[in-house]
Amino acid sequence: MEDLNKELLLDLYHTMVRIRMFEERVRDLALKNEIPGFVHVSIGEEASATGVCAALRHTDFITSTHRGHGHLIAKGGKLDRMMAELYGKRTGYCKGKGGSMHIVDFALGILGANGIVGAGLPIATGSALAAVVAGRDAVTACFFGDGASNEGTFHESLNLAAVWKLPVIFVCENNGFGEFTPAQTVTSVRDIATRAQAYGIPGLVVNGNDVIEVYRYASEAAARARAGGGPTLLECKTYRWEGHVVGEQAFLGAAAYREQAEIEEWKKRCPLIRFQQYAIASGRISAAELKKIEDETLAELDAAVAFARESPLPDPAEVTEDLYA
Amino acid sequence: MAEITYREALNQALREELDHDERVFIMGEEVGYFGGAFKVTDGLLATFGEKRVRDTPISELTIVGAGVGAAMGGLKPIVELMTINFGLLAFDQIVNSAAKIHYMFGGNAKVPMVIRAPQGAGHQLGAQHSQSLEAYFLHCPGLRVVIPATPADAKGLLKSCVRQDDPVMFLEHESLYGVKGEVPDGEHFVPLGQANVMREGKDVTLISYSKCVYDAIAAAEALENEGIDAEVIDLRTLNPLDIGTVVESVKKTARAIMVYEGWRTGGAGAEIAAQIYEAAFDHLDAPVERVATLDTPMPYNARLERAALPSAAQIVQAAERLM
Repeated sequence: MEDLNKELLLDLYHTMVRIRMFEERVRDLALKNEIPGFVHVSIGEEASATGVCAALRHTDFITSTHRGHGHLIAKGGKLDRMMAELYGKRTGYCKGKGGSMHIVDFALGILGANGIVGAGLPIATGSALAAVVAGRDAVTACFFGDGASNEGTFHESLNLAAVWKLPVIFVCENNGFGEFTPAQTVTSVRDIATRAQAYGIPGLVVNGNDVIEVYRYASEAAARARAGGGPTLLECKTYRWEGHVVGEQAFLGAAAYREQAEIEEWKKRCPLIRFQQYAIASGRISAAELKKIEDETLAELDAAVAFARESPLPDPAEVTEDLYA
Repeated sequence: MAEITYREALNQALREELDHDERVFIMGEEVGYFGGAFKVTDGLLATFGEKRVRDTPISELTIVGAGVGAAMGGLKPIVELMTINFGLLAFDQIVNSAAKIHYMFGGNAKVPMVIRAPQGAGHQLGAQHSQSLEAYFLHCPGLRVVIPATPADAKGLLKSCVRQDDPVMFLEHESLYGVKGEVPDGEHFVPLGQANVMREGKDVTLISYSKCVYDAIAAAEALENEGIDAEVIDLRTLNPLDIGTVVESVKKTARAIMVYEGWRTGGAGAEIAAQIYEAAFDHLDAPVERVATLDTPMPYNARLERAALPSAAQIVQAAERLM
C-alpha cells in the first residue's frame, strides 16, 4: 500500500465502514420489522464494492444487484436518503417506490439495482456502448453474483462486450451461494473468471476481501477499458456472512445449508480487519484515525435513521406518478 | 407527398431521425449489411456508418437490455427485433427493466428506447413465426404500444416515438411492408394516442389496428352493398389508447366489433370491449363482437391458416348478427 496515497486509503476504509454499519443496522431494523420487504445485506463483502468504485470516476457508471446497498454507498450514495427509501418514505432515493432491491441514485451514475438475477449485465453492456457511440471515455462496472454467471445474460453480454470491445468491467462477487445453493454445486468451473477465456477477454481471480487488491485490479481493468482495450471479468472471491435474505431462518426452519464453522472461518478474513491490520502495520495510519472514521460514520448512520423515521410517507395519490416520462 | 410503401416510410423515418439527432442509433440482427430481415433499414449503414447502425449477435435478451442501458446512458436507441416471436427471449428486459425503470426509480431515470418488431401471420411460417403479441405488451404498464396500419402512420408514428422519452413497442405487420400509400415528405409526426376514423358510418363501429384495418375497410365496403353503414376506426396506438374516439363512435352507432389479429382470448379487443361497456353500456343495442385469431397455435397449411385468422367475411357476418 506504500504507493497509495493516505487520503485514498482512508477513503477506502471509510466506505467499507459505511457499508458495514449501514448493513448491520438495516439487518437489525428489518428483523424488528421496522424495514419491510426482502432485504439482502452484503456484510463481509464490503471490499469488492469499495475497491471497484474507488477505481472509477464520478462520471463512470455502475449496475447493481438485489444485494446492492454497498454498491450505492461505494459510488457515493447518501445514507439518509437510502435509509428513507428502505422505510418507503417520500424522501427516499426512489420516493418510496423502489425499496431495498431497487435503490439507486441515478445522478451518481447508478443504472439500476436489479431484482432479477443477471439483468444488470446487458444494461451495463448498453451503458458502455452509449459511451462508445457518444465518444465519451466513461467506463461501466457491472456487479453481479456467482448465480448470475449461470444466466444467459452473462454469456450474451460478455460475448457482445468482447465483440464490440466495450469499456465495461464485469465484477462477479462470488460470495459462495446462490440463495441457499452452494455455488460450486451448480457451476461448471471452480473459478468463474475462467469463463472469460470463452469470450477472449481477460478473466482474473481477485481476493474479494482485500480492498487494495480489488482496487488495483479494477484500476487496471478501468484503464484498459478507457484505452479501448475492451471488457474484463474480475471474479472477487468473498463470502456472505448473513443469510440470503434477512430473516430467512423463519422459513428455513432447521434446514442448514452451511456449517457455522465455515462462517466463522470467513469472519477471520473480514475485509475491515484485514485493512486495519495493513494500515496500522504500515505505520501510516493510526488506530485513532480509524476510530475517528467509525465514530463519524456511526453519527451519520444515527442521523440517517432519524431522517428516515421522521420523513413523510408518500401520499396515496402518488401511486400513479412517474409511470411515464 | 409521395406514394411509397410502408417499408420505405419506415426507412424514411429512421433516416430522418438518425440525421436529426446524433443520440439516435440502431442495433439488431441483420440491420446493417443485410439492411434488415425485411429491408426496413436498407441503406442506413452506408449513410450513417457502423457506429450508429450496428449488426448484433443473435442475443435478443442482451440486445434489448443493452438498449435499456444505452438509453439510460444518454442515447436514443432503436432496437430491431427480427420478429416479435424472437422478442419473447427479451421479455425480461422489456417487462422487468424497460417498462419499470422510470417508475421504480422514482422518476429519476428515463428509457427512451424504441423496440421495432415485425409480427403477424399469413405466410405459412408456422406456429413460432406467425404471432401477434401486442396484448402481452398492452398488459404491462410503462410501455407504449404503437401499431401502425398505413405508410403515412408508419412514418409519422415512428418519428413521434423516437422524439419522446418512454420505451415503445413499435409493432409492424409483416404483410404490410409492401403496401403503398401517400406519405408526407420530411417532418411528419402522428401523435401517440390519437385514433384515426378511416371511414364514417352510422350503423356499426369496426375498431381495429395494424393489418386488420384493411379487412375492416373491405368489410365496410361489402356491408355498404347490404345497406349497413359501418364506421372504421384505426386505433394506431394501444398505449396510449384513444378510448374517447371509440366511445364517441359507439354512442353514435350503438354497435361495435373489435377486429384484431391477436388471439381472441385476452386480446386487445377484449380490453377495449370492457372499456366500451364501462363507458357506453347504455348506448349499446347489442354485445360487442370480437373477430380475432382462433385460440390455437398458427397452423402451417394455408387452408388451416386462413381458417385460424380473422377475415373481412367474418366481420361482415358479425355485423349482420348485430343488426
